[in-house]
Amino acid sequence: MRQKLMTAAAVVADLRSGMTIGIGGWGSRRKPMSLVRAICRSDLADLTIVSYGGPDVGMLLAAGKVRKLVYGFVSLDSIPLEPHFRAARQTGAIEAAEYDEGMLQWGLYAAACRLPFLPTRAGLGSDVPRVNPDLRTVRSPYDDEEELLAVPALRLDAALVHASRADAHGNAQFLGPDPYFDDLFCMAAERAYVSCEQVVPTTELTADAPVQTLRIQRWMVAGVVEAPRGAHFTSCEPDYGRDEEFQREYVSAAGDAATWAAFRASYLDQDEDGYRAAVAARRAARAAP
Amino acid sequence: MSEPAAGPATRAEICAVACADTWRGDGEILASPFGVIPTIGARLARATFEPDLLLTDGEALLGQGTWALGAAPAVVEGWLPYRAIFDLIYNGKRHVMMIPSQIDAFGNVNISAIGEFRHPKAALIGVRGAPGNTVSHPVSYWVPRHSPRTFVAAVDMVSGIGYDRAAKAGSAASRFHDLRRVVSNLGVFDFASADRTMRLVSVHPGVHVAEVQAATGFDLAIAGEVSRTREPSAAELDLIRTVIDPGGRRHAELPG
Repeated sequence: MRQKLMTAAAVVADLRSGMTIGIGGWGSRRKPMSLVRAICRSDLADLTIVSYGGPDVGMLLAAGKVRKLVYGFVSLDSIPLEPHFRAARQTGAIEAAEYDEGMLQWGLYAAACRLPFLPTRAGLGSDVPRVNPDLRTVRSPYDDEEELLAVPALRLDAALVHASRADAHGNAQFLGPDPYFDDLFCMAAERAYVSCEQVVPTTELTADAPVQTLRIQRWMVAGVVEAPRGAHFTSCEPDYGRDEEFQREYVSAAGDAATWAAFRASYLDQDEDGYRAAVAARRAARAAP
Repeated sequence: MSEPAAGPATRAEICAVACADTWRGDGEILASPFGVIPTIGARLARATFEPDLLLTDGEALLGQGTWALGAAPAVVEGWLPYRAIFDLIYNGKRHVMMIPSQIDAFGNVNISAIGEFRHPKAALIGVRGAPGNTVSHPVSYWVPRHSPRTFVAAVDMVSGIGYDRAAKAGSAASRFHDLRRVVSNLGVFDFASADRTMRLVSVHPGVHVAEVQAATGFDLAIAGEVSRTREPSAAELDLIRTVIDPGGRRHAELPG
């Protein structure tokens, strides 16, 4: 059976500038942040990002990687507004395709099912079609003749998701409360990459957890990256909650160019091991009397 | 922070009860509150007059019983991840209370962007589920700070749709469109006027009608004598103060 273990650097090497990349998780929850950090360090550019957005979107915007954003919201959950997203929107730096969050699901599901679109009521009457003039409606061919919004398939070149555990073949497991839409992201993508807290032998996946937690199957997955604390500073229940203190530091650093440069130098201008060490050192310094 | 066990109801407590009353008569559906005071209201409604409501823990679990803000429900009765919430929304068995950044006379709301969408003066969170919610199931709104900046003549980016937009968009949009109430720190409003524009239902104790109109950027429908928002009962006050919000978080959302 195929072995799919790879490094974050190898994932980035698979990606190309101009690609459409979907990112799993939700807001500031279970985001594949180690892969996002690797993209931020790369020379990739002009990406279209599809996301239930959180700091994944914010970090990519801050690094200048994004040409277009397809999203329903961008939020840090405990801090409602994402500072880099606000800045990018307010300067008009990016093309914004803002959808109802259910429309986003429908677009991913249409792509996953290889359909051109899926119909929905969501968005009708709102300004979503006004600001996305490429959206079309479709009339029901049945007696009701309702005119519904036709959400176009959101086909992805690549998807990035973060799981609790996976085996080396790409079977991935969520031990937290919500699988979000990660399997749809994977199925909507040409190639999906799963980072995870821990790579384990297949038999261990179901040794202490129900089989229903195996939401992602190997046929959906091109690569697996072992990334302990890879979702930091977003949450990855039950292994860890959101690092609220770090998130606050991220937000206050985003306030101006100098503080953001300092934040980047402290945490982001180095590989994942360096990031983890810097976060650990920060925590130790705060805990010291 | 300790709470007095007795004493007259605060504005926050009156608002919590007004929020609770928005779910009155809803039966066995999901009550989805955004914000502290609506969350208190939803739990209060279920603990008292609307026992069949379903409530989540704010994440993916449905819980039974009455639990405090920040705590977890003692009894889990179901699993409701986002995927299942979207299904439930389309099925219509939900009444959400959201917090608009702008709302107009017909109940169109904006949570997306202030100013022109392409170059907003202020980018907000995004339309989220507001477009789908408003065409799928009952929706109410909570406004902690009633002002002409929030109650506006026209919203900048229609996220949740109001009665005029729903009618214009045709039956697919209007079929399940059902705006119920708006609760603000000044009063309670609905859309039961002849032209489906916002009507002042009641003012909170100590608030004058003229004050509400002055804080509103459009003409409110006002039919005859405006009543006063009801006071919480002793049992409701006790539930709010000792069971649901013993830490007094309601007074951080709505001081005074």
